[in-house]
Amino acid sequence: MENPILKTESLTFSYPAEEGSKLVLEGVDLEIQAGSFVAILGHNGSGKSTLAKHMNAILLPSGGKVYVAGMDTTDEEKLLAIRRTVGMVFQNPDNQIVANVVEEDCAFGPENLGVPSDEIRKLVDDSLRVVGMYDYRRHAPHLLSGGQKQRIAIAGVLAMKPRCVVLDEPTAMLDPIGRREVLETVKALNESQGVTVVLITHHMDEAAQAGRLIVMSEGKVISDGPPRQVFQQVELLRSVGLAVPETVELLYELNQEGFSLPLDALSDEACAQTLYQLLSKD
Amino acid sequence: MALKDITLGQYFPGDTLLHRLDPRTKILLAVFYIVALFMARNALGYALLALSLIVAILISRVGFQAVFRGMKPVFFIVVFTAVLNLVYTPGAGEPLVAFWIVRIYWEGVRTAFFMVLRIMLLITCTFLLTYTTSPILLTDALETLLGPLKRLRIPVHELAMMMSIALRFIPTLIEETDKIMSAQKARGADFESGNLLQRAKALIPLLVPLFISAFRRADELAVAMECRCYHGGEGRTRMRQLRYVGRDYAALVLGLGLCIAVWALNRLGVF
Repeated sequence: MENPILKTESLTFSYPAEEGSKLVLEGVDLEIQAGSFVAILGHNGSGKSTLAKHMNAILLPSGGKVYVAGMDTTDEEKLLAIRRTVGMVFQNPDNQIVANVVEEDCAFGPENLGVPSDEIRKLVDDSLRVVGMYDYRRHAPHLLSGGQKQRIAIAGVLAMKPRCVVLDEPTAMLDPIGRREVLETVKALNESQGVTVVLITHHMDEAAQAGRLIVMSEGKVISDGPPRQVFQQVELLRSVGLAVPETVELLYELNQEGFSLPLDALSDEACAQTLYQLLSKD
Repeated sequence: MALKDITLGQYFPGDTLLHRLDPRTKILLAVFYIVALFMARNALGYALLALSLIVAILISRVGFQAVFRGMKPVFFIVVFTAVLNLVYTPGAGEPLVAFWIVRIYWEGVRTAFFMVLRIMLLITCTFLLTYTTSPILLTDALETLLGPLKRLRIPVHELAMMMSIALRFIPTLIEETDKIMSAQKARGADFESGNLLQRAKALIPLLVPLFISAFRRADELAVAMECRCYHGGEGRTRMRQLRYVGRDYAALVLGLGLCIAVWALNRLGVF
């Protein structure tokens, strides 16, 4: 297995219609290891979605290179192989479901790849089980909830057996319940199926659950590391219009008042623990 | 009126013999039936066709009520055809009824009756096809049946794909129309009063956002389909394969038999 599975080399990009206008991506160098769970955080217009679209050759770089499992994305002959390796899930579940029966939709990817019928059956059943939608396989997608639809979209990508799944703000249009469903599915995907996950988001709490967090602003990577480290850079994040998790915010504000607390509490429990230690010292 | 109540395709799920037949068989049967219907020249032929359709409806268990409900929208055409045939068919003998400029002959009554019967049977037969076959199966069947036309460079796969995507998006777009309508109504738009022209004009603020969003959806869907390796019909396989079994051959033989029977009954020349 080639490692890293995704690699960008001084990637730049500007939309052709805006020739001469400013670059959407200004030299991004990233390596994403196979089997990892990476979140990309950024404000609207930070270039995070544009970066995502480079990861399976929907957009091709204006400058620099993108490699998917060692394959150059500009190589047209490898296009299907690249898209088969990196699956993509988008924001609006309605606009990525093709068929009007759940299992038919799931079968769409493998059908395109020319997999024999009985194997498709197995792929579809397996991927619907992974996202917990097997019982709904004969339902019409438009009668399901947003979270369920998004899980079907994930299953549709999984049925192609990708090694990496890129999710471009998959929870942006969902209610809190749907968000939780999708996020749990994504985590399970990474943990039990060993699929590399790249989650594009602007929700702090979602980003906090990843193993590695990349923060983007103005087409550049401004911070990269484990979430607890990244979130300690409170000023930096604020300067690009991003908030930090409420737990970190609380500790940061306390530090401003003269305390010196560690800023690495991402869960409520961890935060409470930090405060408890502070209080029991006195 | 809630737009959500509109159902298209009118499929009644079920597990009867008619539901289980291969969709291609059902389309071919409908074709046979229509051919037979246009061959029929006398009461015996029509009686046989009507009887076989009634048996088919009984087998399908969709109920006569559903069939008659489907007939409602075409009621006007049926009456119109009947009246035209009644009045304009010239006859040899004495007119049955004669007043003002209207002359109704025996031949007119006969033609009108058969014409109405023909239209009604024709419609019922096609309705029965859509009642017992899910739209997606119907599309699949059309794709395979029209497969040979690919040699003539007719984009059969693309047409079938367009049809199934259209079917998939009808409920989504209806839901969206409903939403836009509510939003416009909340801002004072009036879709229900005024004359025809005013109402048509009132639809513009409904149609513009609907079209814009439909184009945006189409764009996103195209990208999503590409991401899932869609590259046209070439080298594509299907999860669900259509297969003819014994009952399909039996049904096709029966359909062919119906055509021959009607042709034979024409020779008997009753009425």
